[in-house]
Amino acid sequence: MSGLRSWAARRLLLGAAQTAAVVLLVFALTEALPGDAAVALAGDQPDPERIAAIRQAMDLDRPAHERLLEWAAGLPRGDFGTSLASGRPVSTYIADGFGPTLLLASLTVALLVPVGVGLGVLAARREGRLADRLVSSVTLGAYAVPEFAFGVLLITVFALRLGWLPPTAVGYGTDLLAHPAALVLPVVVLLTRPVCSLARLVRAGMIDALASPYVAQARRYGVPGARVRYGHALPNAITPAAQQLARTVDWLLCGVIVVEALFVIPGLGTVLMNAVAERDVPVVQGLAVVFGVTTVVLNLGADLVARRFAPRAEMAA
Amino acid sequence: MTSHDVSLDASCSAGLRRRGFLAAASGAAGLGALALAGCSGAGPAGDPASGDGGKPKRGGRLRAAFAGGGASETLDPHLANLFADVARAKALFDKLADYGPDLSARPRLAAAWEPDAGLVRWKVTLREAVFHNGEPVTARDVLHSYRRITDPERAFRAKASLEPVDLGASKALDARTIEFVLKRPTAEFPNVLAAFGAYIVPEGEQDFDTAPVGSGPFRFVSFAPGKSAVLRRNEDYWDGAPYLDELEFVVANEESARVNALLGGQVEYAHELNPTTARAHEGRGQIEIVRLRDSSMQSFAMKTDRKPFDDKRVREAFFLIADRQELVDGALSGAGRIGNDLFGRGYEYYADGLPQREQDLGRAKALLKRAGAENLKVVLDTSPVAAGFTEAAAIFRDQAARAGVTVEIRSGSKDSYWKDILDSGTICSYRSGAMPIEAHISQRLLTGSTTNATKWRHEDFDALYQQAQSTRDKEERAAVFERMQRRLYAEGGFLVWGFADWILGTARGVRGVEAGAPANSLDWARFDKVWLA
Repeated sequence: MSGLRSWAARRLLLGAAQTAAVVLLVFALTEALPGDAAVALAGDQPDPERIAAIRQAMDLDRPAHERLLEWAAGLPRGDFGTSLASGRPVSTYIADGFGPTLLLASLTVALLVPVGVGLGVLAARREGRLADRLVSSVTLGAYAVPEFAFGVLLITVFALRLGWLPPTAVGYGTDLLAHPAALVLPVVVLLTRPVCSLARLVRAGMIDALASPYVAQARRYGVPGARVRYGHALPNAITPAAQQLARTVDWLLCGVIVVEALFVIPGLGTVLMNAVAERDVPVVQGLAVVFGVTTVVLNLGADLVARRFAPRAEMAA
Repeated sequence: MTSHDVSLDASCSAGLRRRGFLAAASGAAGLGALALAGCSGAGPAGDPASGDGGKPKRGGRLRAAFAGGGASETLDPHLANLFADVARAKALFDKLADYGPDLSARPRLAAAWEPDAGLVRWKVTLREAVFHNGEPVTARDVLHSYRRITDPERAFRAKASLEPVDLGASKALDARTIEFVLKRPTAEFPNVLAAFGAYIVPEGEQDFDTAPVGSGPFRFVSFAPGKSAVLRRNEDYWDGAPYLDELEFVVANEESARVNALLGGQVEYAHELNPTTARAHEGRGQIEIVRLRDSSMQSFAMKTDRKPFDDKRVREAFFLIADRQELVDGALSGAGRIGNDLFGRGYEYYADGLPQREQDLGRAKALLKRAGAENLKVVLDTSPVAAGFTEAAAIFRDQAARAGVTVEIRSGSKDSYWKDILDSGTICSYRSGAMPIEAHISQRLLTGSTTNATKWRHEDFDALYQQAQSTRDKEERAAVFERMQRRLYAEGGFLVWGFADWILGTARGVRGVEAGAPANSLDWARFDKVWLA
């Protein structure tokens, strides 16, 4: 077990370095974008004098590395700095955006795992037969539909035509739990593609595992079919799926801009997009930290799961 | 960050464009909602859009969806930049004056104004009005507001508009009279009082985000930046209490989300819709479509100080290359009407007596030949910063090809577009929202103008502007403005090919939405006269 612990510690160190690299890269890229926060704020009235004044008020006239260092110095104290555009603390941006994003992500994952794994196992058990072909073709077809188009379609049918569900979450703010009906369509849109990819991975893994010598051996020993499937084959099939799941959760937590925009959900994706358009560098950096940490932690978790279920598997970096 | 492919197609990313800058965007004059495209000239305000008469009813709550500024939004009226900011600001605050449908200034908090003989000292009398905290609106509040706007540290947008005022010398004569001292004669000074963002706030510091105090028709209830702002009726409003009990502004940046929310009954008013949406729902009875005609000037700006456009024959040739109807149909989906190379169709002082310019490729070619600019190649700067920009650029490229001119389109970043095109390049896509013609000239066409994108710098033109501002008689002033516009029509740098409609949607029961009101004007996004049937 100590091997596992030192491995996890090494992974965490690596993760911290990765996060720092992400922040540096994001900072460099944001600085490289044409225009800065002053230009973005001046908008269609780019009076040079006004831009200079805004720049001075925002401290943008100081060298980039000074601004970066000062911002980084606040991090150990948990101070993410203040927004250039509004002067409010960056932490409030993250806190406000995180609630809706977390809610959507957890609901999606809670449904994704049983549905995705269930469909995958079902297809694998009925390999080549009608159920398998149905699951395989539907998942392939659904995967090909972009979220935006699928969302528009669902809204048109279920919200506008049938009137069963609200078309958007406009005006509900961050208090989405109080309006569960508004969550149905966004969660369905978010679920669709991950369910498809997860089900296909589980199906492929299961079929491989069921055809493996150790399953044949287990069968020869008279181990019951259910135990072979769920005790032996499924854990092996889960390994690639766990990593895919980690990527999906990561995708969900980093804010899914399309779904947020379509359903007017003020999550992290919206915050990020606005911040980039406004060249609000501290907010972008704060989000880079959050996203970097999320990615590292989730991938570490996925690798741990993979190690637990199938110790032979190679670790993903 | 890993991601599934974020499938933003073109229309989606266009819709996600959050910044509808107000001055760059909207406005309309004249003509009711049902006016036919192609009519020329515009009368004053049309009928209310949904005004099938009926006596206004009190009560109810109206939710209005706007594209907003996300989590950085503020209720500080002097920071207003976007449509949503201004709509909220005008519900909570007042200006001394505001623009009528023809963009002429009308008294608001100011009851009257009177210049001295030299047009440099203006006595402005305030009406009796109170702030939401019960304090009267006084001359000191006005001076405080203007000093705050012009604070050199703050860089508020309205600072440039207040430039003619010498605030050091201006003073309060009594509680409700202010004497403004100007740096030079300014016959159109009331335009300054109505300027974008020149709102009156009470003296002293206040926290605009948690408890803003203004004198506007609605009082503050709550505000969540980027999400919603809830306001309620101000019973003591000097212009009559609003009909609505409550008004909520919600933010939905995606156009399809605003339409869906409107169709699904989640909001009663949706601002800024696409022409295709309007066509799909117009006359279907489900929602009302309100078109604000002549909202936004659409043009190409030629830099008159550099090759090839320093030759006025080349500029005239470009005027003649444009097939304006094709541009309106293609780039604006027909939601607009053609322009005549002048800003401000339908506004006060617009020179509408000039002949409509038509495409004339033969003359264009001849002019280019005389200018020695055959086989001319130009780079046209554009950007997806505004609806129709890239489409118009592509259409114009094809039109120019027929006159032997090669146009290469260069698409730039939309976040810094307006800054990028100010000094570099030779020709670019350009648009502007409603403002008085005088303001358009002073901001863009004088030697000292700060946003002179056509680099139009002529001392005699500057002198004409000063002459107009020093002319007390309105008819004489109009004649001077006409002379200036004739010059611009003949050899200016703006190829104004059209004026776009600004499109709103309202739920069926909403009454009193003014259809003749340009954005930036008093009656646009004005909710104190709106009621629910």
